[in-house]
Amino acid sequence: MAESSSKAPVNITHAMRGGTAGNPGRIEKAKDIRGTSQRLAGYLKPYSKTMLVVFLLVLGYTLTSLAAPYLMGRAIDEFIANKDVQGLLRTVVLMGLAYLATNLLQLASNWIMSTTTQKALKQLRTDLFSHLQMLSLSYYDHNPPGELMSRLTNDIDVINQAVSMNITSLIASVLSLAGILVAMFALDSWLATASLLVVPLTIWFTTFIAKYSRRGFRELQDGLGELNGTIEETISGQRVIKAFRRNEYALETFQAANETVYRTGKMAHTYAFLLMPLTNQIGNLFVITLAGLGGWLAIKGLVTVGMIATFISYGRQFIQPVRQLSNLYNNIQSALAGAERVFEILDTQPEVEDAPDAVALDKVSGDVAFENVNFSYVSGVPVIKNMSLQAKAGQTIALVGPTGAGKTTIINLLSRFYDVDSGFIRIDGTDISQIKKEDLRRSLGIVLQDTFLFSDTVMENIRYGRLDATDEDCIQAAKVADADYFIRQLPQGYQTLLSERGSNLSQGQRQLLAISRAVLADPGILILDEATSSVDTRTEAHIQKALLLLMEGRTSFVIAHRLSTIRDADNVLVIRQGEIIEQGSHQELIDQKGFYYNLYMSQFKGQII
Amino acid sequence: MKNLLKLLRYLKPYWIEAIGSIVLLVFVVLMDLAIPRLVQQIIDKGITPGDLGEVKRTALLMLGISFLNTLFAIGNNIASVNASEAASRDLREDLFKKIQEFSYSNLDQLKIGNLIVRLTSDITILQQTFRMSMRIGIRAPLLILGSFFLMYSTNAALTLKVIPLMLLTGVVVLFFIIKLGPLFLTVQKKLDSLNTVLQENVAGVRVVKAFVRRFHEEQRFEGVNEDYARMNTVIQLFYSAFSPLLTLIVNAAMVAVVWSGGLQVIASTLTVGQIVAFVDYLNTAMAPLLIMVTLANALASGIASADRVAEIFDTQPEIVDNPQALLAEPSIRGRVEFQHVGFYYDDALDERVLEDINLVAEAGQTVAILGATGSGKSTLVNLIPRFYDVKVGRILIDGTDVRDIRQETLLAAVAVTPQDTILFSGTVSQNIAYGRPDATQEEIVQAAKAAQVHSFIQGLPQGYDTLIAQRGVNLSGGQKQRIAIARAILCRPKILILDDSTSAVDVETESKIQAALDRLIKGSTSFIVAQRISTVLNADKIIVLDKGRLVAQGTHAELIQHSSVYKEIFDSQLGDGNHTLQDLLGKKRLKGAAANG
Repeated sequence: MAESSSKAPVNITHAMRGGTAGNPGRIEKAKDIRGTSQRLAGYLKPYSKTMLVVFLLVLGYTLTSLAAPYLMGRAIDEFIANKDVQGLLRTVVLMGLAYLATNLLQLASNWIMSTTTQKALKQLRTDLFSHLQMLSLSYYDHNPPGELMSRLTNDIDVINQAVSMNITSLIASVLSLAGILVAMFALDSWLATASLLVVPLTIWFTTFIAKYSRRGFRELQDGLGELNGTIEETISGQRVIKAFRRNEYALETFQAANETVYRTGKMAHTYAFLLMPLTNQIGNLFVITLAGLGGWLAIKGLVTVGMIATFISYGRQFIQPVRQLSNLYNNIQSALAGAERVFEILDTQPEVEDAPDAVALDKVSGDVAFENVNFSYVSGVPVIKNMSLQAKAGQTIALVGPTGAGKTTIINLLSRFYDVDSGFIRIDGTDISQIKKEDLRRSLGIVLQDTFLFSDTVMENIRYGRLDATDEDCIQAAKVADADYFIRQLPQGYQTLLSERGSNLSQGQRQLLAISRAVLADPGILILDEATSSVDTRTEAHIQKALLLLMEGRTSFVIAHRLSTIRDADNVLVIRQGEIIEQGSHQELIDQKGFYYNLYMSQFKGQII
Repeated sequence: MKNLLKLLRYLKPYWIEAIGSIVLLVFVVLMDLAIPRLVQQIIDKGITPGDLGEVKRTALLMLGISFLNTLFAIGNNIASVNASEAASRDLREDLFKKIQEFSYSNLDQLKIGNLIVRLTSDITILQQTFRMSMRIGIRAPLLILGSFFLMYSTNAALTLKVIPLMLLTGVVVLFFIIKLGPLFLTVQKKLDSLNTVLQENVAGVRVVKAFVRRFHEEQRFEGVNEDYARMNTVIQLFYSAFSPLLTLIVNAAMVAVVWSGGLQVIASTLTVGQIVAFVDYLNTAMAPLLIMVTLANALASGIASADRVAEIFDTQPEIVDNPQALLAEPSIRGRVEFQHVGFYYDDALDERVLEDINLVAEAGQTVAILGATGSGKSTLVNLIPRFYDVKVGRILIDGTDVRDIRQETLLAAVAVTPQDTILFSGTVSQNIAYGRPDATQEEIVQAAKAAQVHSFIQGLPQGYDTLIAQRGVNLSGGQKQRIAIARAILCRPKILILDDSTSAVDVETESKIQAALDRLIKGSTSFIVAQRISTVLNADKIIVLDKGRLVAQGTHAELIQHSSVYKEIFDSQLGDGNHTLQDLLGKKRLKGAAANG
């Protein structure tokens, strides 16, 4: 009967996404439940009028859904018993109307609510994304991309699932619980009391099972995490496993993890799946209590048969929201935990921010100076120590030194991906912390070793350098960068779609695209991180040529690996352990016979036969 | 569907549990259905005639049934969970074993990422399908059929009246089942593209910042976000209509029952108890209908996953041992010969990766391979341990075709450091000893020293016992490469293949590694794929590949004289060839003098 109408769709939605009723998955609790729910609710605030309408609709259908069983009882007692066909017809029509109203109101409230929550959730995602854009690189350093991604995607999904349907269900469940209670007591306090005997049992069962299954699922989740890790590692390393003949070992590792998942999975699911049959049995118990006790009362003349029918109906209706609330509780818990993490991100302050009086930077001539710069990523471990350097407009500065010497950090500081701990960096005499971040970066052209490409066409990837560039400009830039040749050989030329991160291009080709971008951007200062390898010599010759063209007339900082670059540089800075230990032209440094000389010589050791 | 059914064979070893759970379930359903029947009895035989004894007896009977039912339900639950969990464990293991058999070309074709998804999400989905079918799939139809049967036996005329309405529910359920699947797929796709943008922005944050593209990216995100929200709204609207619509029909049936049943009671052809029972049966038939949609969806995704899993089971490992495969001579010397070798990848038949390669590496020689990206260098070395099979010609090791050697034996003689360094989670020691788990600590240290990574390892918090995170994310490229080299050295291979494995190592360290290699594995034949010319200068033989053809081979001195391609490469890296050479020769004299003096 009306039991069905109060069964909000949430159970099914939840199950459809892969869970099952009573399968709470991993339940994480938000630390600040109140604050987080208030803040999440804040996203619904702009729709407060709509929310009021939804509330009224839910209230409406809760009432009508309560009316129907009552009407049925009356039909049996008053009209069927008294053979009053007219009265029966009236009651049946009323019953039909009550059901119709229930279902229509339910439909309306569902529709309004899902439209509204989707809008609110979209806003939340937008906020999250723009905030991510504001965060400094140091945030990304501390949160590895893989981890950050899985957290974000998971949280977005969990919040979406939990919030979109559960709010109406929550209101409906609470309201119908209250309604049924009131109705039952108003009708017959004897039967009502008898029915309530079942309630503590239900609550006890539900929490008992939930507790164990939650523990089981937590273990299962850990086991699954390990299994998936093992799988990812073994399958990614399959070639190496094969080459070193370690298949058996890999299988053993896998089997161990698989067995754990089997064991914990069995536990978790056995408990979780108990919930449904047991609540069914509790439902039966309820009916039995009513029939037995009610029967006794009826014979004593204390209640009527119709009343028993009404109560059985209410009883079935009553078990539903109780069960649902425990489910909802789990869904909402994990949504809140997800929301809390999202809010944590939203609350992370961007470290590098524009000074309030930051100046705009128009056209730079390209004088760069470091004055006693100190920097450390982790406090106590200095990466750059008291560094000073000068680059005049148009000069090429080569940075040379062993891995980990701090070359990349210099570039990071100049781009203001990080702020210096002390000292100053000046461009054309202005402290860069006083320049608008965006202007600063616009004036720098950065070509990194690992070229990042977006899954879009080649054309759009080049246009990334300057968004208002025309197709012509892009092609022109590609020509300058010597990339035009290979692009035209691609299946769809400039319109070829690059697969994720450009994996369908070689490293050299990707670098040529990055150079095309920089050409298009036409920056005042150029920053290059020369690739050490993976670029074949012919492509390298192309790259070399393109770079020379690009560097002409611009101040350029090059993390250099090629001898020719170093030779052509106006100034070579030899960096070791965060300090400039030697500087001068290639020839001067060779003549000094210091660190650089040794570095240079080591390249040719093997050759001298 | 066929593939999903095929997977049922995994339940076979657990048939006792599987059958047992079904039998128990049948009892559970029967007992569930008995309750309304007994309620009817209480009303009609107990309450109406005022027979308190009958009320008590029936109530006790119901209690007994309910208790038994609980036990059966628990039994069914344990049996079905046992069977489905065990079956999915076995399935996962079989799949894993199958993947382990694959050759490189299988891996290329099926893609590593896809394989991981198969083993993780697809298996999880199948597991859920198993579970759900065992619990709901059998229970729901049983309940529906049972209630119909009981309704019919209670009152046939009344049942026939509600049948059209019930058929209508069937239509509605079917409609939703058919429509919902594709909708869920669409929303999943939208979510995927949302995640792609997110992923690119997280991974490419440097580029986005460097080019000041915040606004642009926000717009891009707005686009996919809007799409996702719209699709989500559509599906929610659609979905949230299901339950009210379905219950509306069932409620209509109830109204019909009360009305026409009431008339029958008035005409004394029906009892009040029967009406109450009838309504309860309707309810009992209703709940499983709602769940059927869930089940249908689970089945749909189960079918899709089963198909994907079947694709893997149906793939044959490309390289298997020749039945007459010989054991490679235990005292393999390491002479490698390529005779007219040609190769192409199966997905690009017209594109020859290697063509007519002839090459001899005498035992103990070092062969360096130079050439542009895509010229076939990696492919060439991958053919030696038979990661791929040649398509034309043959490769001989000590005069035996590699295809006549058991791969196990062959791989034992060859050690490779692949282009992409792959380390495993575990300690540094375990990683170095990966190819020879029985190596002693001294041997491990010795290999690490040769790979110039010993002092780095010593500087780590726990030295050789430091844990490497998954795939070595806590190490730099150069550090990983050197550990991989140590791993290969420790194998003491007869044939060593370094596939561009020092690209992230600085030149000075690289030459130290070279020197150590010369010392430590003197007798081994080495193949070194390189980009830097300084890496190859010292080789016994340098070969230059160009578009899959071997265009020059010889020593540095020979090639610099005779090969224009080689000279071009040399010039591009070390400046004007002749000049530098002279320079260097001069330096050598200088150095020699210094050493003498």
